[in-house]
Amino acid sequence: MNFELSDEQVFLQEAARGALSRHKTVENAREALEGSERLDLSRTVIEAGWPGLLISEEHGGAGLSALESMLVMAECGRVLAPVNLLGLLPATALLDADGSHADLLARLAEGEVRATFVAARPPDSLEEGWTVEPRRGSQRAPAPRFAEGKLSGDVAWVPDAPGAGVLVVAATGEEGPVAVLVQDGAAVEEVIRYDATRSLGHVSLDGTLGTALDVSEHELAAAWYLAQGLVAAEALGAVEECLGRSVAYAKERFTFGRAIGSYQAVKHALVEVLRRLENTRSLIYYAGWSFRDAPEEFPLAASAARTAAGSAFDYAARELISVHGGIGATWEHDAPLYFRRSQLSRRLLGGTGDASDRVADVLLAGAAKL
Amino acid sequence: MDLNDTPEQAEYRAKVRAWFDEHKAEAPVLRGEGAMRDEHEAAEAHRAWQRTLAEAGFVGVTWPAEYGGHGLSPLHQVILNQETSRAGVPGILDTIGVGMLGPTIIAQGSDEQKQRYLAPMLHADEVWCQLFSEPAAGSDLAGIQARASRRDGGGWTLKGQKVWTTNAHIAEFGLLLARTDPGVAKHKGLTMFIVPMDAEGVTVRPLRQITGDPEFNEVFFDDVALDAGSEVGPVDGGWGVALTTLMFERLTLGTGSEEYGYSGQRFAEAIASDRHAAADSEVRRRFGELATELLALRFGGFRQLTAIQRGGMPGPEAALGKVTMVTATVAAGDLVADVLGPDALEDGTEVSRLISFMPGLKSAGGTEEILRNTVGERVLGLPPEPRLDKGIPFSELRAKEREAAGAQR
Repeated sequence: MNFELSDEQVFLQEAARGALSRHKTVENAREALEGSERLDLSRTVIEAGWPGLLISEEHGGAGLSALESMLVMAECGRVLAPVNLLGLLPATALLDADGSHADLLARLAEGEVRATFVAARPPDSLEEGWTVEPRRGSQRAPAPRFAEGKLSGDVAWVPDAPGAGVLVVAATGEEGPVAVLVQDGAAVEEVIRYDATRSLGHVSLDGTLGTALDVSEHELAAAWYLAQGLVAAEALGAVEECLGRSVAYAKERFTFGRAIGSYQAVKHALVEVLRRLENTRSLIYYAGWSFRDAPEEFPLAASAARTAAGSAFDYAARELISVHGGIGATWEHDAPLYFRRSQLSRRLLGGTGDASDRVADVLLAGAAKL
Repeated sequence: MDLNDTPEQAEYRAKVRAWFDEHKAEAPVLRGEGAMRDEHEAAEAHRAWQRTLAEAGFVGVTWPAEYGGHGLSPLHQVILNQETSRAGVPGILDTIGVGMLGPTIIAQGSDEQKQRYLAPMLHADEVWCQLFSEPAAGSDLAGIQARASRRDGGGWTLKGQKVWTTNAHIAEFGLLLARTDPGVAKHKGLTMFIVPMDAEGVTVRPLRQITGDPEFNEVFFDDVALDAGSEVGPVDGGWGVALTTLMFERLTLGTGSEEYGYSGQRFAEAIASDRHAAADSEVRRRFGELATELLALRFGGFRQLTAIQRGGMPGPEAALGKVTMVTATVAAGDLVADVLGPDALEDGTEVSRLISFMPGLKSAGGTEEILRNTVGERVLGLPPEPRLDKGIPFSELRAKEREAAGAQR
């Protein structure tokens, strides 16, 4: 029985924290909302070797697993760092599973080119098709079609699509779901919505040339769940930061002659943040462990992690604001930046609601088989 | 990360499993279909089953060998618990004695007490109960009022009332916290005692819960005479002894019950069997969220076990697992009843028992509010609530409390 991080994993986490601490990421999050350029962290990302986290060593990567990528994501989330890992890492996982594009993999690992994953949601017992985000509304759209070497279809709100050199598109081919490598010709419209640290794009494919990757349906689905786990991990770091800032303020701010953290109303709410934080951490570990050790459980684990993380982040960001009182809701304060991140994040890639629905679906389908 | 056993643990698991395969038919059926209905008969059968387990070497596995134990790690206890539940047989009758009270005696009792009490406890020849909580002192345990006064010629006279006492009706002995000096601050004048439950003046009454079943007892002590030498640990040093017991309680909870026996799978069947509900987005959202909490409980439990295996103790934050368990199972009971309708509330069904059981469990082992205070202060380092009881002699404190309560009327 060992369900804690190894020394190497703790080292990776600390190194990530150290590398990010050299940048004023949180300040930049506000400046970017005011129209400044988003910080370019690509050198930090490349020097740390993060693009190659999920690329095997034979292809020039670090050959690490989902847990390590999630630990790095948590550190990025803690400081609202605008990195492009959410789109990149699942794309590299698919390209590595395919294995035939050795040259591209090496360049990706070196950071010479950047890929992003254009995700599609795998079917469940109520929806038999692969679906993607619509631009607006609750009705999901069918995944792009792939026929005769060409892709057609629109995918909205794709993380890290703007500026990506290559896309790995989850599509529906003539013989079922397929991952398609697109080197050129996709139209990407950049969108900034509510949280300027998040790079998003609407991707339009209109007869765009692509190459099918040799990956299984299971691997394509796993890329979706990996993205779910990464969003969850990013929230984990942010929740921890929200809690630390809230606790610090609750100790130093006095009302009626007492530190506000001594009031049960405040204390209990902060303990609730802690409870949700630790639940999320346990589920991130579960997702990270199952990715390789129990892959059949990975959809459940990653969806549960995303469910817990989404509500934890929403709760923690709101609590960060309210512990600080009116000040917490002002533009100059950092709390709104975490709040903005939480609001947008939990609506991407199916949203937190879809993740909890998936948890239910997996368990109900298991029970129906009994 | 690795959820597998070490080779040595795997060997132990195989040994336990083989024994259960051979002997599980001897186990009494205490719950569910075909359960023994006569309470007395069931308790006797359970006692005999603990004796059988003790003879097989499966009771007190973490106790030192010199007291009849096996000197193994808490993880061996976990393996034993897992295999017990896998075999579908009951565990021991006296988990409170063997898990918490025996270890307290080992840590703080006299040599005579260890010689006299430990072996019969292991074999369930003598069952124990924990006499700590009182009607007016639960989460604030140091506020107990049961009073032990010195008798002329040695020994003590005990007067007071205890409550929420599991197994009191079948126990031979109890470990009891009493006030021996009301003239000092409340944590200071307490002493721990061993009390024979058949002593003159001890009255045990069953206390029925929402389910209708008596899950606990209340116990009255009317001038009960205790021999000199009944004290466990120093006179007026009972608070430290109580903390030892509570530490073993945390360890027992940490090793005792993966997810406390609740999982999403356990509730999935009721929902899946109703096709309309299984396709309802609101039902699915509620179920997905509560199942997520139960999964977090399971894998959070593995983190605790890792800490225990590394020689640590579950920290105070482990108590949050109980909050998660209560929150998620309340939500589960609620959801299943919403899906099944009034029929789910039929007395005696699993769901109705769950629904009835959780409101009380929320306060068991300390109310959720006090637990959140403790975690907020010990883990997050938040400043404590202002207290009005520090340094005040207990007798004065009580007078002040009565006065304040009177002024409210």
